[in-house]
Amino acid sequence: MVNEGDKEVLSGIHFWQGDIACAEGAIAAGCRFFAGYPITPASEIAEHMAKRLPEVGGIYVQMEDEIASISAVIGASWGGLKAMTATSGPGFSLMQENIGYACMTETPCVIVDVQRVGPSTGQATKAAQGDVMQARWGTHGDHEVIVLSPNSPQEMFDLTIKAFNLSEFYRVPVIVLADEIVGHMWEKVHVPPPEKIEICNRKKPSSFDEPIFGSIDEIKIPPMPRIGDGYNLLITGSTHDEYGYRKTVDPEVHRKLITRIVNKIRKNADKIIDVEMRNIENADIGIVSFGCTSRSVYDAIELAEREGITVGHVRLRTIWPFPEKIVRELAEKVDFILVPEMNLGQLVWEVERVVGCEAHVKAISKIGGGEMITPEEIFSEIKRFLGRRSV
Amino acid sequence: MTHKHFALKFLREEVLPTAFCPGCGNGIVMNCFLKALEEAGFHDLSNFAFVSGIGCAAWCVSPYFRSDSLHTTHGRPIAFASGLKLARPELNVVVISGDGDLVGIGGNHLIHAARRNMDLFVICINNFNYGMTGGQVGPTTPYGIKTTTTPYGNPEYSFDLARLVESAGGNFVARWTTVHVRQLIRSIKKALKKEGFRFIEVVSQCPTAFGRRIGKPTGIDLMKWFLKQSIHISKVQSAEEIEYKIIIGEFVDRDKPGFVNNIYKIIHQVKRKNGKD
Repeated sequence: MVNEGDKEVLSGIHFWQGDIACAEGAIAAGCRFFAGYPITPASEIAEHMAKRLPEVGGIYVQMEDEIASISAVIGASWGGLKAMTATSGPGFSLMQENIGYACMTETPCVIVDVQRVGPSTGQATKAAQGDVMQARWGTHGDHEVIVLSPNSPQEMFDLTIKAFNLSEFYRVPVIVLADEIVGHMWEKVHVPPPEKIEICNRKKPSSFDEPIFGSIDEIKIPPMPRIGDGYNLLITGSTHDEYGYRKTVDPEVHRKLITRIVNKIRKNADKIIDVEMRNIENADIGIVSFGCTSRSVYDAIELAEREGITVGHVRLRTIWPFPEKIVRELAEKVDFILVPEMNLGQLVWEVERVVGCEAHVKAISKIGGGEMITPEEIFSEIKRFLGRRSV
Repeated sequence: MTHKHFALKFLREEVLPTAFCPGCGNGIVMNCFLKALEEAGFHDLSNFAFVSGIGCAAWCVSPYFRSDSLHTTHGRPIAFASGLKLARPELNVVVISGDGDLVGIGGNHLIHAARRNMDLFVICINNFNYGMTGGQVGPTTPYGIKTTTTPYGNPEYSFDLARLVESAGGNFVARWTTVHVRQLIRSIKKALKKEGFRFIEVVSQCPTAFGRRIGKPTGIDLMKWFLKQSIHISKVQSAEEIEYKIIIGEFVDRDKPGFVNNIYKIIHQVKRKNGKD
């Protein structure tokens, strides 16, 4: 794969759809392999990658299903390429087994889930935020992944780059949990010059003896060579020792491996977590939001300010690992925390768990037809909780 | 002076002996594959990457081959291998796995990789059953046969793997049994030199989970049965004649450009066009 340097980063100001911004973010991050399967509302990512990847010497392949797509992505990642797939709920469900394989084999890869109404086929063209827990717990067994939540085409670009950087650094699958609204929205996207874009590449081993699947320091990330570079790699989804040998009955080997791949995320959570915070110090009421819903929160905050209410807002760019400390800080400042989300309650449970008795937590739920929670709906909940019903 | 077995240079000696049951055919397939490499002039496996799925046959390469190996999830090795091959086209990417893995749970990937003419060499060790899990019926189990999940006889019909891949579009398709070792080695050598999708089915014995339930409790019993049942493709006269037979031989040998060739042609065209703009 030769990087010619031309057309890799389309620096400048663009009017882009969220899905296109995501694809461009991937290319800017160095992604040179995309395998996918058509699905609404993520197909535009595949279409754009099919057009753009050959221009930068990359490979686009449409596979027979989403299982094959994530499989090919993992294969390409071990071949040394930054690799990605994009899908929506039904395809994301099919990918879960091999997301677990990527966790177990510590394979960098990026999975974009442009959420739509589920379960099952649901309402294929309509937005939802119902995959929050699937993104966290979709594959079986103990594991940690990183999940990012963009709320604009600009962030579809920025957070896709970030997803690759985190994935390469931590050797973990990173999920960009977008939604139909953000994916299909057209907005201004600023693409910086290449030298202003921070890029992280996986660390290569310094010698043939270096373990690829372990280290003495439990949260240190082991280096990762390519297949075909003479390492005689043993890569397996079975429990393995630090050199890749299957150890399928030894309890200690399993404990050591899984504790490490979990702790490399948990113990680095402060470095990974990225949130936007507003008015926490003097807040009358708190809101925790993510994705498209956060855009209504911005307007609701303005409505509240007109009536002299200060809303403390924590907007999650990183959903998982969950920003426990920050949400707890918010809870210490306010009596009520609202959690608007386009599902019947998912993130709100995590907020409740973290907040405990520090504040009352209330979900604002809305599902179906892709209808967003409106600023007015959020504002009326704010007023209800603060007991300041006006007009 | 003692001579080391020729295959040891291709194997991780520290993990030998293998975990296979007495009489298993996997060792014969490993031996034939490595013999073909030896005869083709390879001294190590540095130009190769091996991919396998889940099941006994998947263990041939992982951990025994001294090379890179990607031991994947059940049914998916061909899809993983496709991504790897596209990322590292200079490597010989070889999939060795079983019939339950490649044709049962992974059947869709098999036919689509054949249709794309993906540049992979796939060896399917067909032992007619799910051996590792205890001898359950599979998509290759013949009609009427008793297995642990067909205690009254198999009510289903089986796939003809070679014909399946032939019609899906592979460049090279052959079928041999573990009795036909010289022929198998020749076909492996031929397949190694070709591009596109290459598929060899090796009918193999599983005395432990399959043979002993059909009155053929040893590897030798099953191999004698293979020999008796085999008929070379050139000798097949009529459809009646091949019922309950194992047709052996080379089914297809064609030279359509492989997927890697096709996709890189597009990349070069796009880049040339953009260069002119």
